[in-house]
Amino acid sequence: MTAVTPSDATQHVSPRLKGRRRSRTLAIGIAFVGLIVAVALVSLVWLPYEPSDTSGGRLESPSWEHWIGTDKFGRDLLTQLMIGARIAITVGCGAVAVGATIGITIGLVAAFAKPWLDDTISATLDVLIAFPVLLLAMLIVAAQGASLGTAILAIGIALSAVVARLTRILASQVLRAQYVTAARTSGTRWFGIVGQHVLPNIWPTLGVNLALLFGAAVLAEASLSYLGLGAPPPNASWGRMLQEAQATFTTAPAGAIAPGIALVILVVGVNFIADGLRDLADPTRKRSR
Amino acid sequence: MTVYLVRRLGFLVISFAIAMVVLFLLLRVLPGDPANALLSVNATQEQIDAARAQVGADLPLFQQFTDWFGGVLSLDLGSSFISSLPVGPEIAARMSVTIPLTLLSFALALLIALPAGFIAAVRADRWYGILLSGFSQLGIAVPVFWVGMLLVNVFAVNLRWLPSGGFPRDDWANPGAALTSLALPVITIALVMSASLTRYIRSATLDVIGSDYLRSARAQGASFSGAFWRHGLRNGIVPVISILGIELATTFLGAVVVESVFTLPGLGSMLLTAIQQHDYPNIQGILLVSTLLVLVIGFLADVAQRLIDPRLRTSISGNGIR
Repeated sequence: MTAVTPSDATQHVSPRLKGRRRSRTLAIGIAFVGLIVAVALVSLVWLPYEPSDTSGGRLESPSWEHWIGTDKFGRDLLTQLMIGARIAITVGCGAVAVGATIGITIGLVAAFAKPWLDDTISATLDVLIAFPVLLLAMLIVAAQGASLGTAILAIGIALSAVVARLTRILASQVLRAQYVTAARTSGTRWFGIVGQHVLPNIWPTLGVNLALLFGAAVLAEASLSYLGLGAPPPNASWGRMLQEAQATFTTAPAGAIAPGIALVILVVGVNFIADGLRDLADPTRKRSR
Repeated sequence: MTVYLVRRLGFLVISFAIAMVVLFLLLRVLPGDPANALLSVNATQEQIDAARAQVGADLPLFQQFTDWFGGVLSLDLGSSFISSLPVGPEIAARMSVTIPLTLLSFALALLIALPAGFIAAVRADRWYGILLSGFSQLGIAVPVFWVGMLLVNVFAVNLRWLPSGGFPRDDWANPGAALTSLALPVITIALVMSASLTRYIRSATLDVIGSDYLRSARAQGASFSGAFWRHGLRNGIVPVISILGIELATTFLGAVVVESVFTLPGLGSMLLTAIQQHDYPNIQGILLVSTLLVLVIGFLADVAQRLIDPRLRTSISGNGIR
């Protein structure tokens, strides 16, 4: 950053204001995600009704007994929504864990490999990345059959190509740095270089992108469930709730709106956290919002 | 450039071959038997064997692959396990819905995103710039099928302006009717796609605005708009084009999901049915054609980038970072 700043239109925002807006992004993100995580945690110990309890009237509108009404079988929608929070977070964490494990490993191998192997891996990754996450996940679900585990695995594998390419690009940038050459000439082995130089250097960027992929995983799971390829009942995934409520949108709009809002809160929250973290990790980056 | 084109074409062919192997292996090596599609739950062993022979699942894996590969080379994608209809013509018929849906959505998304992203960057300090950024944040967090549901409820059920779904039985015989039934799906996909496009265009514009070359041009006396159109556009558009390739592919996928909201007889609904019925030839065929389209889009995006930016002409694979 230079002392002299160009006099373009964006300069009207003072640095202090920008700093405040940044931390606000992170705070809103944490609040949104915290809300959904809290709901998911509460659902583990307390639910308003049993998930299979059909004692409510069919398609009731929101009331004191049923805060967001009931579905076409008379089941409480808030109960399903709370279980949905648990499923969304499980899928997000699970898929990102799977994707990060596979992706970082492949990316590091490519970065360290001989050029021909690097090129082969890169070409394969380019093909895989060209495929949208959901299509790859659908393919895997097609072979494996629909279940919560398959959805996590499928989305994780689909995300891993993105992680691998990012890791490879970031890692090979680090590997070209002079301090790595110095470490190599002083006899540090490759795992030492990975542990001491590569991972600490690429972690901030990688972490931000993993947060973004969490959002992508949650959306992909919702789409899979909406298409009937996600976790089968009794798992009340938000995507499946939306699919079930679609036919009764006019008579019971709450059931078709609430899960969507919950999804948006979670994904916006995660994206905000990613944005906030990126600014924290890289203070030199200007105008990221 | 000719050398580059030849090498990039070679890369396209190799990528396609890799994709075929990956597709085939993902479907065959993972558990699940193709013959299951033909059988009831309590089938006898003879029935299972007969079904496996009928679909060719009893042959060695390598021979299954070479049979399929040979078929693809002669433009024969096989026949459905379920309906026994050839896969190729069925896909071609479905494309007459999915391709227009994809292209119209993408065009509309670009029409929204180009000005929105530019304004969001140049007027980042005004309320409307912030509003546009906010909308694009929201747009990348919204599931596309939910947007479809909401739009159907507003414009089809309540206002009755547009049909809520379906497609004319006679396809494009009556273009007006076909376009009307595509209107809501197109708006749905375009709204969601324009959000992420807006973000990319906004950040590309911001990069240009903050760049040293623009500052130099300004220092030499060029006006902001003069410097932007003369230097910024050509520099800023290069990363956008590679994103456009990926986004066009994503639009195609958006079409696959949205088709099921609006019950359109496109490639997406065909894929969904095929997956539910474990109809492997159809699944393979659809994914193969989609892959080919996605790869060709990537190829065109790369060539376009090279034409615009001579600095990129040295690397073969797309990203140019080594």
